[in-house]
Amino acid sequence: MSKLLRHTPVEITERQALSINPAKTCQPIGAMYASLGIHGCLPHSHGSQGCCAYHRSTLTRHYKEPISAGTSSFTEGSSVFGGQSNLLAAIQNMFTVYEPEVIAVHTTCLSETIGDDVPQIVDKADKEGKIPAGKHVISASTPSYVGSHVTGFANMVKGMIKGLAQPKTKPNGKVNILPGYVEPADMAEVKRLARMMGVKTICIPDTSGVTNGPLTGEFKMYPDGGVTVAELQDCSNSKGTIAMGFWASADGARYLDTEYKVPCSILELPIGLGCTDAYVDALRTIAGAAVPKEIEFERGQLVDMISDYHQYFYRKKVALVGDPDQLIALTDFLVSLDMLPIHIVTGTPAGKRFTSKIEEITRDIGYKVNVREAGDMFLFHQWIKQDTPDLIIGNTYAKYIARDEDIPLVRHGFPIVDRVGHQYFPTTGYRGGMRLIEKIVDALLSRKERDAPVETFELVF
Amino acid sequence: MATKSKKPAEISRESLASFKEEVLKKYPPKVARKRSKQFLLNEFQGEDAPQIEANVRTIPGIITMRGCTYAGCKGVILGPTRDIVNITHGPIGCGFYSWLTRRNQTRPDTETSENYIPYAFSTDMNENDIVFGGEKKLKQAIREAYALFKPKAMAVFATCPVGLIGDDVNAVARDMKQEFNDQGIDINIFAFSCEGYKGVSQSAGHHIANNQIFTHVVGTSDTVTEGKYRINMLGEYNIGGDAFVIEDLLHRCGITINATFSGNSTYDDFARAHTADLNCIMCHRSINYVAEMMEIKYGIPWIKVNYIGVESTVKSMRKIAEYFGDQELKDKVEQVIAEEMPAVEAVLKDVKPRTQGKTAMLFVGGSRAHHYQDLFREMGMTTLAAGYEFAHRDDYEGRKVIPSIKVDADSRNIEELEVHPDPALFKPRKSAEELKALEDCGFEFKDYKGMMPDMQPESLVIDDLNQYEAEELVKKFRPDVFCAGIKEKFGIQKMGIPMKQLHSYDSGGPYAGFVGAINFYQEIDRLVNTKVWGYIKAPWQKKPELVASYAWNDA
Repeated sequence: MSKLLRHTPVEITERQALSINPAKTCQPIGAMYASLGIHGCLPHSHGSQGCCAYHRSTLTRHYKEPISAGTSSFTEGSSVFGGQSNLLAAIQNMFTVYEPEVIAVHTTCLSETIGDDVPQIVDKADKEGKIPAGKHVISASTPSYVGSHVTGFANMVKGMIKGLAQPKTKPNGKVNILPGYVEPADMAEVKRLARMMGVKTICIPDTSGVTNGPLTGEFKMYPDGGVTVAELQDCSNSKGTIAMGFWASADGARYLDTEYKVPCSILELPIGLGCTDAYVDALRTIAGAAVPKEIEFERGQLVDMISDYHQYFYRKKVALVGDPDQLIALTDFLVSLDMLPIHIVTGTPAGKRFTSKIEEITRDIGYKVNVREAGDMFLFHQWIKQDTPDLIIGNTYAKYIARDEDIPLVRHGFPIVDRVGHQYFPTTGYRGGMRLIEKIVDALLSRKERDAPVETFELVF
Repeated sequence: MATKSKKPAEISRESLASFKEEVLKKYPPKVARKRSKQFLLNEFQGEDAPQIEANVRTIPGIITMRGCTYAGCKGVILGPTRDIVNITHGPIGCGFYSWLTRRNQTRPDTETSENYIPYAFSTDMNENDIVFGGEKKLKQAIREAYALFKPKAMAVFATCPVGLIGDDVNAVARDMKQEFNDQGIDINIFAFSCEGYKGVSQSAGHHIANNQIFTHVVGTSDTVTEGKYRINMLGEYNIGGDAFVIEDLLHRCGITINATFSGNSTYDDFARAHTADLNCIMCHRSINYVAEMMEIKYGIPWIKVNYIGVESTVKSMRKIAEYFGDQELKDKVEQVIAEEMPAVEAVLKDVKPRTQGKTAMLFVGGSRAHHYQDLFREMGMTTLAAGYEFAHRDDYEGRKVIPSIKVDADSRNIEELEVHPDPALFKPRKSAEELKALEDCGFEFKDYKGMMPDMQPESLVIDDLNQYEAEELVKKFRPDVFCAGIKEKFGIQKMGIPMKQLHSYDSGGPYAGFVGAINFYQEIDRLVNTKVWGYIKAPWQKKPELVASYAWNDA
């Protein structure tokens, strides 16, 4: 079959300047996604209208849901003289026409390069009466030339806490959950586990019920889901914060810790057995709750599934590309299944913290592991050509590699624009672990069956 | 913003006119004033035709459908060309979002022929590059790209911060081309100053892209394609394989497509574009100026064609045959039409009873909102409202208004090339007498009458539609199908109205030509007659009174 990525050579040459087939995108889209996790919030992109169009399109393709957001629609003039008048007009127009509770402004490379001071502009909007009483405008600085979409998500999470949390009054007995840059279904699952333990939570942000809504015949521009302004105002009164995913959640949690003395634990994303155990255990400790039988039952089902299908996982090589938080938890899970995660690439500049963590998890697997932060999918592909894995885990773009190299692909991460399910079915929690197992087994065994000669084609696995 | 479905309003001049009033009421006064000029009832035709305001700045915060100049340049125009290494100079986002998202199908000649479409190249600028300038990194990126791929051409696209920090992409391209040429390497490198903030929509990006291709590529190759009737297709981007259908159709007639701008195209197509004998324009908005320039510089006349809709396809094929004037070609065209029609008629006969009398709204692009009305008309459907995302007044009202379009500051920022007849390459394709003879028989060169004359008086024309207006339109008139892009799709569908994407075709298509028309008829039949919209209410929501009478307690 003709190759899609036909110009990718096996030999790796060092590149200092050229990125080919990115394994990340820019900050503002992460900020836009995080903003959608506030109930009644209209995200706003302070930059050229193309940024907003691109982010809305990408999020829409990923979720198959309406994604509303405003843009400052910079022109050449505003790029030279500053975007203040555009943002002031946008704030007034959005409150008048679309009536959100909150507008969450994020910046772009354009507005950052010219040095627009968004908090000052918001302040001016307030003084000029452009923000109706009881409504809010929050903001985050999200220059596209720093970090990645994950950084943008983290910055907006911190921005919503900073912009809305009120000084401590009386304890609310709740636990703040910073679920990380995960799917709405993942956030719902994390909340469900807490609920099963009787722990009251404030999930910051919470896109469940927003980017996976029902078809009802009604267009709710502000769906029922999302963390409410009241909850965000109250999060300073929580007894603790569990932040999941260092890159997506640590900043927000630490801000709550230093500013409002809400102690935080920073965990990995609760994907897979070990990382879910850590989450449940942290909830138990922080909230002083017992783990109910129902959760132990689900955990047992996951362990049962692993034992049932372990022979098909054992020492199968996996190549993973995605975001740092996801990759750490997934690698941990794969190692716990006795699989061999051999090529691991994130586009996010995640530094030594990331590579050391992966090295630590894979230290004892007895196989050479390639790991790269600030890498790209071109390098990922070259690694795959050099040492062919049995499975690829990555976003939709990985399918070009999967087809060229004839390797099964399990879609995970952002964006997934060609399959359904990630919006509705979690990969977090024990049930999420079971779903991952289902996907991995299906991929590996379907491939085995496709390739098996007549004499060894099996009915039962 | 929540919507409840209720009985749609009657379509009449009165209801449409009052709709405008109702919608504008919600806006702040300044916004209402501006929108009222971009929003009209299509009630007068001919000399009294109303004037619409188009190609003007987007209102901040209005939730527009529009994208940016970079998207128009890199995504739309250069995106479909497979053998140019397109490097985005900027932070990673722009390169990422324009990576494979426009469904530009392409057909490389062999298994090893160049095809860079599945690749995204970027300088991935970081903070350091923004502070200290990115030209050095861009040069290095170009060197690395050459070392890896050895392409015949590379293009550089500027993103927003590039212009602001003073990186000169054109100078870098020039220098690098020189550097390679000095080493004896034959490569063309050119750049586009297509920063997202230029112009008011992607339309500016089309213009910047086409100007540069015209300046740096067209006319650089002497290779003349074989064929008796050689044309260029301009403004056809091969979404969902449309260009393949058109190529096949014209090929069967004996017509050679010398170059397509830019669906399924190669660098060499552009380079030899000046050798064609006729330019056929599909999307008037994105490329009419290229046809104008090619006529002045090389003497190639141009006509407007449209392969969306059977009637338009037939008309376009006949028009090309008429231009060349040979009976042999005319006969061949009639033969191909005759071969295609039975299948079309059979499908239409099946589908039309289910689509007749239904209504559509189209808000998309710079030509699609017009072209696709033909297909709906063929299915017996009426277009209630339509508008473009990034078109200009001439696309609404026809080319006759071009002299009266005022050039504002935003348009002035987009370079207009001054073009003269090329001393070596200018060659009139037809004598003045021949042209006059054709025109005397009613043949129209460079003519586009725009969308509005083709629409019924009881319809709305709205430029740069926004989310609020789209929702109000759907709530009030409940069309049977709404056409726009991905951002609009699911909001419309939440209201229980099927939404057809006319940018990406929802992974469907091709919709051009006869085969395409059949695909579209069947797709619209599926959309407007699917059972899914009937599932929205659960049985107990439809008949709540049954709950009490059948409850166990009462038994």
